[in-house]
Amino acid sequence: MTSMNRKPLLSLENLKVYYYTDEGVVKAVDSVSFNMDRGETVGLVGESGSGKSTLGLSILRLIPPPGKIVGGKVFFDGIDLTALSEDEMRKVRGKRIGMVFQDPMTSLNPLMKVGDHIVETIVSHEGVPREKAVERACSLLEDVGILPERFNDYPHQLSGGMRQRIMIALALCLKPDLVIADEPTSALDVIVQYQILELMRKLKQVYGMGLILITHDVSIVAEVADRIAIMYAGQLVEYSDVNSFFNSPLHPYSEALLESIPNIQLSDQKLKYIPGIPPSLINPPKGCRFHVRCPYAEHRCGEVEPQTVEFERGRFVKCFRYVE
Amino acid sequence: MLFSSIISSILRRLKFRRGVKYYFTFIGFAIVLSFVLMALLASFISPYNPVKRAGAPLESPSFKFPMGTDGLGRDILSRIIHGTRIVLRITLLSMTLSFLIGVPIGLLSGYLGGKLDSVISLFMDSLYAFPGLVLAIALAVMLGPGEISMGMSLTVVYIPTYFRMVRGEALSVKENLFVEAAKAIGAKDRTVMFKYILPNIIPSLPIILSLNAADAVLTAAALSFIGLGITAPTPDWGFDLRMGYPYLTSKIWWPSTFPGLMIVFLTLGFSLFGEGLTEILNPRLVRR
Repeated sequence: MTSMNRKPLLSLENLKVYYYTDEGVVKAVDSVSFNMDRGETVGLVGESGSGKSTLGLSILRLIPPPGKIVGGKVFFDGIDLTALSEDEMRKVRGKRIGMVFQDPMTSLNPLMKVGDHIVETIVSHEGVPREKAVERACSLLEDVGILPERFNDYPHQLSGGMRQRIMIALALCLKPDLVIADEPTSALDVIVQYQILELMRKLKQVYGMGLILITHDVSIVAEVADRIAIMYAGQLVEYSDVNSFFNSPLHPYSEALLESIPNIQLSDQKLKYIPGIPPSLINPPKGCRFHVRCPYAEHRCGEVEPQTVEFERGRFVKCFRYVE
Repeated sequence: MLFSSIISSILRRLKFRRGVKYYFTFIGFAIVLSFVLMALLASFISPYNPVKRAGAPLESPSFKFPMGTDGLGRDILSRIIHGTRIVLRITLLSMTLSFLIGVPIGLLSGYLGGKLDSVISLFMDSLYAFPGLVLAIALAVMLGPGEISMGMSLTVVYIPTYFRMVRGEALSVKENLFVEAAKAIGAKDRTVMFKYILPNIIPSLPIILSLNAADAVLTAAALSFIGLGITAPTPDWGFDLRMGYPYLTSKIWWPSTFPGLMIVFLTLGFSLFGEGLTEILNPRLVRR
């Protein structure tokens, strides 16, 4: 392996993304750091409002105002994305990093043929003749399981699952090194969810891109991801490979999260949940942000913020229980 | 492609919905179309030369002069037929220009937002604050009489209506996920504006266009009426209405009534068409 390939594909260093709202500064992403390698799938898990979508958008620098990246760096393939000009960044979007959004019903232009979405993207980034782009778009449609005959359909003529397939084709059409999928299956029914996940897994083998899968569903991560990143209140509390995570979660929040997955074999068991509510991101609790809901909380948890430590090789956790 | 999608959406809707407004649209369209035909065929269908004396002055409507003659003995019917040309030309000119200027500025302003948007909006709103006719009069006085200058002053009057409409729509359309998705695949601002946002605004424009046209007919007539429009002896409805108006007291009603009726009909035609289009193109307004 050459030294170039050993460089992580994506490396976040203390990334901070704040929203400057009228009520105060919402620290949606607060000092998040992690590395991911080429071809890896990272499942980014967190409850609603934990900042996971913001994190995804901030990699592409698409945070809507009043949001802003206020600190930290995003290294993609060795380039600091936060330092690029808007025009250079535009060339990264789509070409190097693709994105799939949550709601396939509204993420396509209702007045543009589905095939043209892809053709338009290929032509504008690569300047190839239209016929070439149409050819490529058709073979892409086939790859994602859409008949090329549907090229001239408008989005409203397709089902949600088919539209999500189009979105995936669109994210892949320039062969990016990284695809960020923001809850790609949340708006779909379970059968279609499964099909889409299967499709993404298959395409990952063909295209070999890295994938950040943003979701609130831990079971999806168990199925497709290599690594899992748990976000809580704008911070990364645990980052680990999937196997060790599901065998022995480190952070109390991860533990509670796994316990709250309903188990069909224990049918008389009451549904478990994490007591309390997620903290406000305007005035997050002092110390560890989870201490209010944490069963293991000690006095210092409410006073000082724990550092992120490497518990084992490649397993990071932000909790005092693992600090010697 | 865009045009055809609008037409097909109109046709699709018409098949299912036959309210009163459905007929309004057709009546309006028929009125406008007949005026357009009248203007195109003016030289063939008008019985007399509109600027030459054809009979005695102020002859009442008869078989020979269906609408009578004016104070100079010219055939009113012929003048009305030829007057259609002027009014439609002015409407067409001002609508085209205000559309071509107002729409892109509105799009740019709404999409880019920020300081530029505030400045342009302030300017447009201050234009819009004037009653249309007052603004048109002020501009027409500055530009002097004539068809082109009338068209120009009306253009300025109607630019803000397109601007406001397009800006507002752009503000709402740009919040759609597909716009964000377009940015996420690296689309240029220009592409996002013209391929993603504009096509989603276009369907609401024909309505503004026809309602503005109705308004423009009235304003143009008003300008001519107060003598800021077309120079004599060119046939023009507003001007003819003005010339016939003093005779009203002597019970000579035809020199002013017929041009007046024409103004009403054309305005009505555009309005009906516009109102009907609103109903057809805007499903949100449909009541069952």
